[in-house]
Amino acid sequence: MKQKECTVSAVKALTENIYEMKLSDIGEACIVPGSFVNLTIPGLFLRRPISVCDVNGDELTIIFRVVGHGTEKLSAMEPGEKLPVLLELGNGYDLSKAGERPLLIGGGVGIPPLYYLAKKLHELGKEVTAVLGFNTASELFYTEEFQRYGKVIVTTVDGSAGVRGFVSDALPEGCSFFYACGPLPMEKALYKKLNIDGQFSLEERMGCGFGACMGCSFMTKLGSKRICREGPVFDREVLPWDE
Amino acid sequence: MGRMSTDLCGIRIDNPIIPASGTFGYGYEFAEWYDINLLGTFSFKGTTRQERFGNPTPRIAECASGMLNAVGLQNPGVDKVISEELPKLKQVFHKPVMANISGFSVDDYVYVSKLLDEQESVGWLEINISCPNVHGGGMSFGTTCEGAYEVIRAVKNECRKPVIAKLSPNVTDIVSIAEACEEAGADGISLINTLLGMRINLRTGKPLLANTTGGLSGPAVFPIAVRMVYQVSKAVHIPVIGMGGVSSAEDVIEMMMAGAAAVEVGAANLADPMACKKIIETLPSVMDRYGIENLSDIIGKA
Repeated sequence: MKQKECTVSAVKALTENIYEMKLSDIGEACIVPGSFVNLTIPGLFLRRPISVCDVNGDELTIIFRVVGHGTEKLSAMEPGEKLPVLLELGNGYDLSKAGERPLLIGGGVGIPPLYYLAKKLHELGKEVTAVLGFNTASELFYTEEFQRYGKVIVTTVDGSAGVRGFVSDALPEGCSFFYACGPLPMEKALYKKLNIDGQFSLEERMGCGFGACMGCSFMTKLGSKRICREGPVFDREVLPWDE
Repeated sequence: MGRMSTDLCGIRIDNPIIPASGTFGYGYEFAEWYDINLLGTFSFKGTTRQERFGNPTPRIAECASGMLNAVGLQNPGVDKVISEELPKLKQVFHKPVMANISGFSVDDYVYVSKLLDEQESVGWLEINISCPNVHGGGMSFGTTCEGAYEVIRAVKNECRKPVIAKLSPNVTDIVSIAEACEEAGADGISLINTLLGMRINLRTGKPLLANTTGGLSGPAVFPIAVRMVYQVSKAVHIPVIGMGGVSSAEDVIEMMMAGAAAVEVGAANLADPMACKKIIETLPSVMDRYGIENLSDIIGKA
């Protein structure tokens, strides 16, 4: 865990309400796929936890959806503005479990952390397949970027792009291990449907983001865990989703 | 003795800065951010007789200049605190720590207090009769003079270490409850716990917190805390620990002028893990600015 004052270097709208932000001056950070950062947005009391989408040297990319006044303020920040950030939060995905043909499954703003994961798995020589789910064609983002690192299957609920339906309707066969991130109903559907081992990234409203407040506790089969600290990534076998 | 040192119920502390219970875990998470030995002490996570998971999530909501929490006293239970948390803490913290204790009956409070009273690393027992996020315990003892008296008296009868009663602001007359605690033998009073609040999710039209209500803390509550510390410290003859929205060295000085012998810092730790370190480091220069030689000189100056 590190504290750093980063500089906003770019903000770009990817869709109507999904933004990509680049933060520079992150320094010597050891950021793993699936980890998150916690941002102090000017004028707001609590930080906002956001997953890491990509890291390039001294620059970090995040992607977020505007859902309230915090993310709205964040989306309105200008290049050059300072942003205090806590880095290296959360456990991240376990790349050593990937096998040779890892399957990445993301829904909506659950997709960004899988991008950095795809990049790292590709570097390790893995044959990556990504299933990316959206509501409709106008909400697509990063589908071309993912193609740099593997095969991409797009789904939309209304069928306006890719396969009609949910990610759980377009799962390929023959994969070695899965990594998922998305809305809870999607994750629970995958938990039931997939018959290979894998990991899910969870989210929760957080107070601190570094394990102090017990705001984001989650009861697993192995007892209570903090999503910010022992998570956000959990092995499927510890999740209490059998019913 | 340094110019920031102060006496807290007979124990000298290097400075009056004390992270508040529930915002600092059992300390070692913060030891990853800075050397926590620079603190006066800290009050560890509210501990109960049995292990508790707490309330369902969401447990956290934000508001202007503050936050609501409805954690609901999640903790591993007193036995595990003694066998696992305190030994881990000992490796990173070498001063007496403040034990924070909650319960659902007088018997619970006494049981947990007695066990923690025996721990060498514990300096004070802070009796939380003010948690707003649990049912049938916590705050229900701290909202009447009789309930407060009964708990504090029972704990005092069984324990040797200084007993500090942590009070709720969700009462009509906090002074009378503080006086009841003093009469019961309390060695100190700490206040304020959080104020009961609520937020509603506009999309669903339902309460944002799964528990419906939660405790408000952060800078939003600071003036209320200053007022209550002022009123209580004028009425009792035992040390008062002031807390509620403290987030800067200036706030610490204001709280001490209101009558606090020491100051707890809560929500600020969650927004900034370095908050207490920054307060301690900036205190000397802020004292200089206001011509304060020793912090203990300004207690109750208002």
